[in-house]
Amino acid sequence: MTQPAGAGSAPSGRSIDWTPSQYELERRKARSNQERRRVAIAAVSSILVIGGLAAVVLTSSGWPVVQDTFFNVSYGWSVVPIILSGFKIDLLLSAVAVVFIAVISLVVALTRTSRSAALAPFRILAAVYVDMFRGIPLLLVLYLIGFGVPALNLPGVSGLDVAVLGTAAIVITYSAYVAEVIRSGILSVHPSQRAAARSLGLSPAQTMRHVVLPQALRRVVPPLLNDGVSLLKDVGLVSVLGVVEGIRQAQILTAKSFNYTPYVVVAIMFLLVTIPLTRLTDRSLARALARQNTQGNA
Amino acid sequence: MTEPHDVVGDGVPARRTQPARVAPLLELRNVRKSFGDELVLHDVSLVVPEHTVTVLIGASGSGKSTLLRCINQLEQIDDGLVLFDGVDIADPRIDADETRQRIGIVFQAFNLFPHMTVLDNITLAMRRVHGVPRAEAETRARELLARFGLEDKSGEHPDRLSGGQQQRVAIVRALAVSPRLLLFDEITSALDPVLVNEVLAVVRDLRADGITMVIATHEMGFATQVADEVCFLAGGVIVERGTPDEVIHHPRDPQTQEFLRRVHEAGRL
Repeated sequence: MTQPAGAGSAPSGRSIDWTPSQYELERRKARSNQERRRVAIAAVSSILVIGGLAAVVLTSSGWPVVQDTFFNVSYGWSVVPIILSGFKIDLLLSAVAVVFIAVISLVVALTRTSRSAALAPFRILAAVYVDMFRGIPLLLVLYLIGFGVPALNLPGVSGLDVAVLGTAAIVITYSAYVAEVIRSGILSVHPSQRAAARSLGLSPAQTMRHVVLPQALRRVVPPLLNDGVSLLKDVGLVSVLGVVEGIRQAQILTAKSFNYTPYVVVAIMFLLVTIPLTRLTDRSLARALARQNTQGNA
Repeated sequence: MTEPHDVVGDGVPARRTQPARVAPLLELRNVRKSFGDELVLHDVSLVVPEHTVTVLIGASGSGKSTLLRCINQLEQIDDGLVLFDGVDIADPRIDADETRQRIGIVFQAFNLFPHMTVLDNITLAMRRVHGVPRAEAETRARELLARFGLEDKSGEHPDRLSGGQQQRVAIVRALAVSPRLLLFDEITSALDPVLVNEVLAVVRDLRADGITMVIATHEMGFATQVADEVCFLAGGVIVERGTPDEVIHHPRDPQTQEFLRRVHEAGRL
């Protein structure tokens, strides 16, 4: 135990424990007072805002009706199993789509950022592809592929399930988005990193694989996660082709019962997947950043 | 709490050109700072009278940079006092932004804003923090640039300048808001020897103006020229302090002697 005061400049041991001085104790008190004030302000502000909103909704003349049609608990519970069976299709199609999107978008992004002369025509194709499918609404792509491709009467392709065609449409659109996100990540890596890797004798491909891409992907995790959550929700659009997934299932139920609670049930299912996913990624990203930034702070 | 001066009892040297002022501009008393389990500053006390230059020397990792960052409230200290004009600026009730308006810092890596011209880098704080009209701010910026031989660079972006020019712009940026105290954190460590001199010449100039400075540096010759007091840090402790002649030419502490011997071997003395 070392005394902060009177110890002079001679270190009497390197113990991390010490007796704080009266000044430090006073500062800590002031800091905890400030913290307490912040918490109090946050609490009051939250109660006013959230409580105010709740009061407005709950005291509105239509609330009892809304509560019965959207938040009917017993009816909601009773439809969970059937909606869940549809929601599993959403999850399945999303999982399949993610794999294809990852591969295609990476290939497109790498093609667009490569400088190889032989790949010149593919760079143009990749640019055209991205420009096209980023600009066409997903719904139209779904119609084009879901109804257009079967009409071609191609052997093998036309007999495909609408779920497969719908997923293909989503993969095509999302790969264009994701390719651009990855490309922006690649471009954000400082040229000096590339120079350092090339100076060690790494080939352009090795430089990309071992130095540029790892840094680029880490940087674009937040926007990619954003696209991932969007994807999960947009997969519901395959219902326009006749796939009975979660949202469509809920819609069928509401049409039968004239009660909108199934929509709320399926919304909760989406939230139960997306919120933990976001938090998990945020946390792992924060850890990765903390690891990278440990040097240079002291 | 002990009296502040028993720790620095070995004397705050009077400035060679004029007598020392009564109240110090900056005073650290028993400052302690740790990062996790690592104790980086241990009972550091320091008195910086107005119009004096204090130079911190010591190996990398000895706590020089952390000390400067604690003065500028970029780090929260664990204990001790950081008195600026007699007020404890480490107190959470003191507005750190307001404190930093009076304490300038220049970093090793320049930290200029790459998306702004030299002129905008310099006038940003004048205009946004101090409310100086643009025309007035730019006039002052141009005067300072001209003084340090950078008048033709005002429209350039930082990455078009040499390292020495960038660092001089960074000094001008810190100087533009007329801080009472300037902190220099190894400002020549990223520069080649030729460029080092043009930057150090600026600091000598500022010393002649009577600007109060605390400087962390590895340039012993420069330290000898500008310092009123030299402090040698090792392991987060001020091991030895005194005039440049005392500390750099006649060190008494074995740690200081060893450090200076190694600096000498490296050809930097």
